[in-house]
Amino acid sequence: MEVKQVSENVYEIVCGTVHYKELNTKIKDLVKAGAEKIILKEVYGQRYIGTGIKESVKIDIYGTAGNDLGIFLYGPEIEVFGNAQDGVGNTMMAGKIIVRGHAGDVCGYGMRGGKVYIEGDVGYRVGIHMKGYKHLIPTFIIGGKAGNFFGEYMAGGRLILLGLNRKPGEDIVGDYCATGMHGGVMYIRGEVPQRYLGKEVRVFEVDEEDMKILREELKGFSEAFSIPVEEILSEPFTKIVPVSARPYGRMYAHRWGIASGLIK
Amino acid sequence: MIERCEMSGCGLAGIVNRDGKKISGKYIYDSITSMKERGNGMGAGYAAYGIYPDMAEYYAFHVMLDDLDVESEVKAVLNRFFKIVKSEIIPTKSVPSLYKKTKPPVFYRYFVEPKEDAKLPLESEEDMVVRSVMTINDGIEGAYVISSGKNMGAFKGVGHPDEIGDFFEIKEYEGYIWLAHTRFPTNTPGWWGGAHPFTLLDWAIVHNGEITSYGTNKRYVEMFGYKCTLLTDTEVAAYLFDLLFRKHRLPIRAVFMAMAAPFWKDVDYYKEIGMERLFDVAKMIRTVYAPAMLNGPFAMLFAFKDGVIGFNDRIKLRPFVAAINGDTVYMASEESAIRVVCKEPEKVWMPKAGEPVIALLNHCKEEDVCYPAE
Repeated sequence: MEVKQVSENVYEIVCGTVHYKELNTKIKDLVKAGAEKIILKEVYGQRYIGTGIKESVKIDIYGTAGNDLGIFLYGPEIEVFGNAQDGVGNTMMAGKIIVRGHAGDVCGYGMRGGKVYIEGDVGYRVGIHMKGYKHLIPTFIIGGKAGNFFGEYMAGGRLILLGLNRKPGEDIVGDYCATGMHGGVMYIRGEVPQRYLGKEVRVFEVDEEDMKILREELKGFSEAFSIPVEEILSEPFTKIVPVSARPYGRMYAHRWGIASGLIK
Repeated sequence: MIERCEMSGCGLAGIVNRDGKKISGKYIYDSITSMKERGNGMGAGYAAYGIYPDMAEYYAFHVMLDDLDVESEVKAVLNRFFKIVKSEIIPTKSVPSLYKKTKPPVFYRYFVEPKEDAKLPLESEEDMVVRSVMTINDGIEGAYVISSGKNMGAFKGVGHPDEIGDFFEIKEYEGYIWLAHTRFPTNTPGWWGGAHPFTLLDWAIVHNGEITSYGTNKRYVEMFGYKCTLLTDTEVAAYLFDLLFRKHRLPIRAVFMAMAAPFWKDVDYYKEIGMERLFDVAKMIRTVYAPAMLNGPFAMLFAFKDGVIGFNDRIKLRPFVAAINGDTVYMASEESAIRVVCKEPEKVWMPKAGEPVIALLNHCKEEDVCYPAE
């Protein structure tokens, strides 16, 4: 691991195969010392980059970001010039992650705030158990396609799937999409085959209110990857929302609770 | 005997040169060592093909001996089945950090030629080799055959991948196919025989995950004479491959359809969209080979003399990435483990669940790959 100062408050670290513990400690030390931008070169799968930092710092990653990139992220902005692996934005709270490539499985798991923009495809189980709370609305936008279990058990926030690189006849999303979804909203550019959708959701056409949200949310994505918002919006979107806020509420409930109206 | 399967965050890596060109062990060493974090130092191993070009016509037996004294017993069994052409201790290097964990066993290798008159009636040469492996593993206490194919070998033990790689001097070998594994044992003991790869004849398997159907699979292969002696679930997958691939001669895709079977709803869908033939085949395979289906979360690499095949469980509960660069195909648990040895591959992708990545040597056609080759 080589560290050098590029200019005032800007540092560069050549990572190689250094252990993530050493790297992340170094990043934290630099931030404490006032770094505003840290450039990581030759990253080979180092995990948990960006976690445990509350200061607003920009982290640029060249190479392949390791698992759980930006886990519990609480403010920093991370930009990956390359691909990311599994668990991008896991349980993220605030901040921004941009990936100029593809990302792996279980991205955005339990995410509760902040923005994630992925340029390419994502793997399986992306956006599972995403949640929101009052003013906290997480947004996860994918430029490419997604695998199975997209937004499974989703509880809040916004999942936007664009499929911009989709070839004719290719599915934009995999099977078990939105299974068990009970909160939040999904916008998918194109149609989702009914057989892929969970029983817990209903499909709608987007209305004016949705278009307003989309326009607003896509602004950041559009800027990050220089794709005009109008071009993205040139094709119709499908909106997926849950039928019930508690799809499994009755599953293990006692008959008395249901009869008395306590359990709906 | 402890018979439980393993749940883990293991790491795996595989490299194959489809042109059959030799690759130094250095690359697989670097690839698997970059994923050290996925193991806990309680098991690592390598499998290599093409490492014994001068002895390519003989079966190469790598045997692990808890005690050097049992070597004579192993030799006695081998002599019943084979003519031993050459036998030697597998050279190892001193790695002090290894000895803090366990006392390494002794590793022997034998190059053997089957005796025609040792075969039972109707038994093929391969069957006899399998029988000899089972006889040693089951019958001699403290001796385990860890590989038994031609021009290939397995090297494994209790340690981190770099420790085991240094111990066996993996960087000194050159092969056209390499598999490697780093282990995080949770449900079964971390012992030298329990490290991956698991092999039989020239099949080798490395596996990340847990085969929850182990009991069913084990009972099934035992009906065909296989004996599960290595205290872990991955072994059963190696025997299943041997049974389906070599003995039942199923085509490659059928083998994987049996092991990571499509869900019935998907099988029905084939019919809905008019793929009648696929529907029939899938239905037959699922029905006939129900006990060969592997359940639970896993990613597996499976190598044999003609190539490497990687595949996932049917809902992708373990990571698996593949890449191509020229004639070389890379597979690993993490993309970074590929990029560490090949910075800019032509193509990198995340295969879909249950969909095998088949990387055969250029001279092999998928339909020709059938055992024994005729």
